[in-house]
Amino acid sequence: MLDFPTWKKIWLWFITLIAVAAAIPSLSSISGAGWPSFLPDPEVNLGLDLAGGSHILLEADPAQVERQRLEGMEEAVRTSLSRAEPRIQIGDISSNNGRVSFLLEDPSQVDRAREELLPLVNGTGLVREWDLQVVDGSRIVLTPTSSGLDQAVSNAMDSATEVVRKRIDALGTREPTIIREGDTRIVVQVPGLDDPEALKALLGQTAELEFKLVDVTALPSDVEQGIAAPGSEIVPYAPDSDFAGMSIAVKRLGGIRGDTLTNAQQSFSAQNNEPIVNITFDQEGGRRFADLTTNNVGRPFAIILDGQVLSAPNINEPILGGSAQISGSFTVESANQLAIALRSGALPVDLTVIQQGTVGPELGADSIRKGMLALMVGAVAVLVLMVVTYGRFGFYANAALIINVLMLLGIMAIANTTLTLPGIAGFVLTIGAAVDANVLINERIREERKRGRRVFAAVENGYREASRAIFDANITNVIAAVLLFMFGSGPVRGFAVVLMIGIATSVFTAVTMTRLWVSGWLRKARPQDITI
Amino acid sequence: MRLLKLVPDDTNIRFLRWRVPFYVFSMLVIAASLALVAVKGLNLGVDFVGGQQIQVTFTESAEAPVAELRENVSALGYGEPVIQRFGEENQVTIRFRLPDEVASDAEAADAMTTAVTNSITDNFADARIDDLTAVSGKVSGELFTTAMYALIFAMIAIAIYIWIRFEWQFGVGALFALFHDVSLTLGMFALFQLEFDLKIIAAILTIIGYSLNDTIVVYDRIRENLKKYRKMQIVELLDLSVNETLARTVMTSLTILIVLIALLFLGPASLFGFTAAITLGIFVGTYSSVYMAAPILVWLGVTPDSFVPSEKDEKLAENES
Repeated sequence: MLDFPTWKKIWLWFITLIAVAAAIPSLSSISGAGWPSFLPDPEVNLGLDLAGGSHILLEADPAQVERQRLEGMEEAVRTSLSRAEPRIQIGDISSNNGRVSFLLEDPSQVDRAREELLPLVNGTGLVREWDLQVVDGSRIVLTPTSSGLDQAVSNAMDSATEVVRKRIDALGTREPTIIREGDTRIVVQVPGLDDPEALKALLGQTAELEFKLVDVTALPSDVEQGIAAPGSEIVPYAPDSDFAGMSIAVKRLGGIRGDTLTNAQQSFSAQNNEPIVNITFDQEGGRRFADLTTNNVGRPFAIILDGQVLSAPNINEPILGGSAQISGSFTVESANQLAIALRSGALPVDLTVIQQGTVGPELGADSIRKGMLALMVGAVAVLVLMVVTYGRFGFYANAALIINVLMLLGIMAIANTTLTLPGIAGFVLTIGAAVDANVLINERIREERKRGRRVFAAVENGYREASRAIFDANITNVIAAVLLFMFGSGPVRGFAVVLMIGIATSVFTAVTMTRLWVSGWLRKARPQDITI
Repeated sequence: MRLLKLVPDDTNIRFLRWRVPFYVFSMLVIAASLALVAVKGLNLGVDFVGGQQIQVTFTESAEAPVAELRENVSALGYGEPVIQRFGEENQVTIRFRLPDEVASDAEAADAMTTAVTNSITDNFADARIDDLTAVSGKVSGELFTTAMYALIFAMIAIAIYIWIRFEWQFGVGALFALFHDVSLTLGMFALFQLEFDLKIIAAILTIIGYSLNDTIVVYDRIRENLKKYRKMQIVELLDLSVNETLARTVMTSLTILIVLIALLFLGPASLFGFTAAITLGIFVGTYSSVYMAAPILVWLGVTPDSFVPSEKDEKLAENES
């Protein structure tokens, strides 16, 4: 038990020094001292509860993705079959009840239709995206496969995460964290941000921009009742626009979508100095916008954002330069947010805030200061008690305890983990575990001495007998920590991480390192009696 | 130099002599705790019921204007808020539960938060929002179930581990001691109506961890003595084991209590409930390893013969050292 070959000694000191060295950058930044930039800088991140900041948990509704996908499929079926040579006539197409279904006018075209639809059904990925069934010889039913749907939801979440990232980056906050969580959620953490309202407003809009021609032939009474002529649809005005509460009929086809934008900037109108958004189309979009305005001079077109009409101005002259202005009762702030949202692209799915938290920077600083003070006072008292109780052995235990704290900090820095408020409590617990290990060992050595064992044998026995209980006790703690990590969320996980790393470092320092020191001393001094 | 000895050498306290009255007492306390939880209920935080909690400091005031604040936020129509002093005189927490009728609406908690924070910052110029948590009904339900799973799975996994390492009677004993600790902690939270949130789950798991640590140290000594003194009466043997580990129990409890008490009085207010729970848990956990975990071995019929040291055990012990 007390034999340490040289290679083992070197190895133990090497591990210890690496871990302790990794703690230095964190310590210097906590104490406010600088750290030379040319050196590696692994640092423990402070959680939002310590550093201050906001976190938001966003959730998407997978049913919305499914609905969009069905509508998209309906559109794709129409286009692909009408473009087929010769054209395949279909009728009674619908995308209700979770499937796309349509009738073939000529049942003998079933095989050709099937062939035309093959690329749509198989999709681009590895999984087949739709099941194709022929019912009664003339009706084709397309049902999304569950793996295809999962894939679609996953893709939508990926691009939603990307859009969220772009929008938050545009706010210019420091080091935001944006992570997908589970199947339909996105976690956003922004350190230092203490008013998340602007952020929420920014993420709350889908930012799908459309330009559509107004159906001037629609009767106002029909529009009021929500009845649209074939090829038209009814769209309500936005609540803060000049015509809030009213609706308008627009043509379904022949419009332009906002995904052809290259830029969007908040600006002020030359006429009345109101905030507006300037948009610039890409080449293709600019050409289509020029065509649309050239062919419809004198007619109104509607600017639609997220399914609501912002305004419906008349086209006075062709707009050829590839850029346009959007006006619609904006404030400077809301115009700026729309510009950011348009620049970063539309969200493929709506996101709802289902959880949020904000900690002000003062509270975070206060928590750190008080937590550190309490730990210092507690630690000093424990160190004194250990030396008073166990003498030299208490001194070894204390050295191990201090190295334990530094190693824990260092490994957390290397593993890039986050220290939260419950994490500090986890710190306390592992210090307790480390102290307990030494108490067990030292009490056992006392006992063995009392039974009349010689010094060397007593120490050796003390370590061996105590190790068994230390091992069992720490394994059960690891079990608890792992389960906490698996099932816990947020703050509880921070606690579990510290606990897991801390158990490893405390067993290492309190058992292995003290044994190394004690054996070194015993071999050198060869004491006949020890005070313990 | 004479070293400090908190516990004199060779104590011979007959801990298990009063095991029946102590057990009856413990059972009554467990029953009372569970009854308290059933009758008074736990004061669940927003983590578990949904709603929002805001911590506000009135930077220019000596004392927080609680009455006006209550009037102001009550007028918003989300029901009666719970407003409590927190830490300093000019700090309060305002807690709103999510009204039942909107509990399933994901956006309701968010809308409520916006309305409440705006009302506070508009009406009180010196109000500084230090901490804000809003949880929708959907998430809070998930948090509660996952937290309960974590607790139950941890206890079962630990009992299985002890069963494997010791004997089945020890696994039952440890589980029973844990049940005692968790019940009493929950009972305290129900009695004082302390806020029960996610952090407290971490506290309960800490207590479980500590109490087990204690139980295992005692059990380890019992295992050792069962192998050593094969002729000794079981009650006598348990008493001997508890006495032999007494010095360690006192020393360890004392050191961890020192740190906890420092954290309780000098630490941040936001950790108070958490630390208080663990502090109580240290007492409860130490008691349970002596009076819950040990006597049950007598009744479950542990004898020196039921614990024949097998070769496997010997090997394990060797591997660890």
